[in-house]
Amino acid sequence: MTAAPRTVAPATVRTTPADAVTPAPGRPTRPRPGRRLLRLVSPIVLLAVWEAAAQTGLLPPEKLPAPSAVLQTGWRLTAEGTLAVHLLDSLQRAAIGLALGGGLALLLGAVAGLLRIGDDLVDPPVQMARMLPHLGLVPLLIIWVGIGEELKITLVALGSFFPIYFNTYAGIRDIDERLVEAARTCGLGQLARLRHVVLPGALPSLFLGLRLAIGAAWLSLVVGEQVNAQTGIGFLMMEAREFAQTDVVLLGLLVYALLGLLSDLLLRFAERRTLSWRRGLKAT
Amino acid sequence: MATRPQGDLSPVLTADGVRRSFGATVVLDGVELAIAPGEVVALLGGSGSGKSTLLRILAGLDPDASGTVRRPLHQAVVFQEHRLLPWKRVLDNVSLGLTGPDVRARARAALAEVGLPDRDTAWPAELSGGQAQRVAVARALVREPELLLLDEPFGALDALTRLRMQQLFIRLREQHGFAALLVTHDVDEALLLADRTLVLEGGRLVEDAPVPLAHPRTPDDPAFGTLRRHLLERLGVAA
Repeated sequence: MTAAPRTVAPATVRTTPADAVTPAPGRPTRPRPGRRLLRLVSPIVLLAVWEAAAQTGLLPPEKLPAPSAVLQTGWRLTAEGTLAVHLLDSLQRAAIGLALGGGLALLLGAVAGLLRIGDDLVDPPVQMARMLPHLGLVPLLIIWVGIGEELKITLVALGSFFPIYFNTYAGIRDIDERLVEAARTCGLGQLARLRHVVLPGALPSLFLGLRLAIGAAWLSLVVGEQVNAQTGIGFLMMEAREFAQTDVVLLGLLVYALLGLLSDLLLRFAERRTLSWRRGLKAT
Repeated sequence: MATRPQGDLSPVLTADGVRRSFGATVVLDGVELAIAPGEVVALLGGSGSGKSTLLRILAGLDPDASGTVRRPLHQAVVFQEHRLLPWKRVLDNVSLGLTGPDVRARARAALAEVGLPDRDTAWPAELSGGQAQRVAVARALVREPELLLLDEPFGALDALTRLRMQQLFIRLREQHGFAALLVTHDVDEALLLADRTLVLEGGRLVEDAPVPLAHPRTPDDPAFGTLRRHLLERLGVAA
């Protein structure tokens, strides 16, 4: 009697995940509204406990101030204009570093991906350099470029170089050779093939590279701005630490987190608009 | 080995001494071929006989082959897979690489000819296999080719769709008068569509025979059956 359910069990276990996948393959199913609310409960409870603990003095404010205090500080610094100044400086560093590192990575990745000689000459040194944790290069970089703006920008550029290089390279290599061939029979020359086949074919990979690069850029900035900066979110945090303004330190962390979230959202929006052809692909 | 095409019309395509080897394996060992304007030639052969290799050479896609191939100015290729660019809408796929005036209007006309006038804004991924192959045919047709190279173009389709595509091919050929080289492993398809059949074996064309059947052709015609048996025997399949 006990044997019967046991033999049935594996079959039912196997069918359930398959059923779950069928509605929309490749697209994560969105949790239902009820579940989404449920998932909000524990973060809110944590925040409330933190707030209560800080208000009652259980948490000393110099160790961890209340969330409301952090928000108040944020409001004060925004109203003073201080936050905007530091934020703009940080953004500028990120943008310049990303443009330099990403631009070079795009160029070298394309050369290595498109040309055999480029692959032979460019790829080996890049593969070796990848093994170095770029944040570990800070001491060497200080010797090379000093402790000024150059250091921050170099760090961001280094951090964003590798994800973009590797994804450009892989994106080009993964293009279906048969599509390139079909384009040739349609009379497309080398440049036209680059524009109509290679670039759009590599675009999903390029977006992935850019997303990873932006993450790496923020990370590099966090480290870089703690070395002798006069402005920037990192400087704001380091200065606050010296005066034991824990609320400002927390605010800096919050800003970094929001920057990461915002850039990711923007990029995902751009990706959805540019790669709309993939939606049709996933639906079939 | 190939017969000269009848009449004094110069062929749209000639190939002389085409050789191709992959490592030590010789796939094509001196293929001679001429296709007359408007002539439909079916190229048969077992799998691995080098049919597709020959077609790729004729299409100019194989730089490592030796021999001389003289191609027409306008030729187009339809592959077994549709090979549409997934990131371009149907109309942009059809007009890919086209130059001259009214590119879009010409592409629309070609789409209408293959029976898909209202799918111009669809993504390739939204099409069925047969529809995608129709678009691939439209993409070839819009180039107004003197010669159409087809590499098992209907091989990946279901039986009903394949029959419809064969009808479409006959109709388009009557309207446009292009010459075609049709690589196929389907003897019935060859006899339905072609004016001449070639059999590739051991790297050479070992058979070159006209198909003396009047149109419209049907497989239940006794003469069709005779030719079919003969070709199958030639391909090493006992009837």
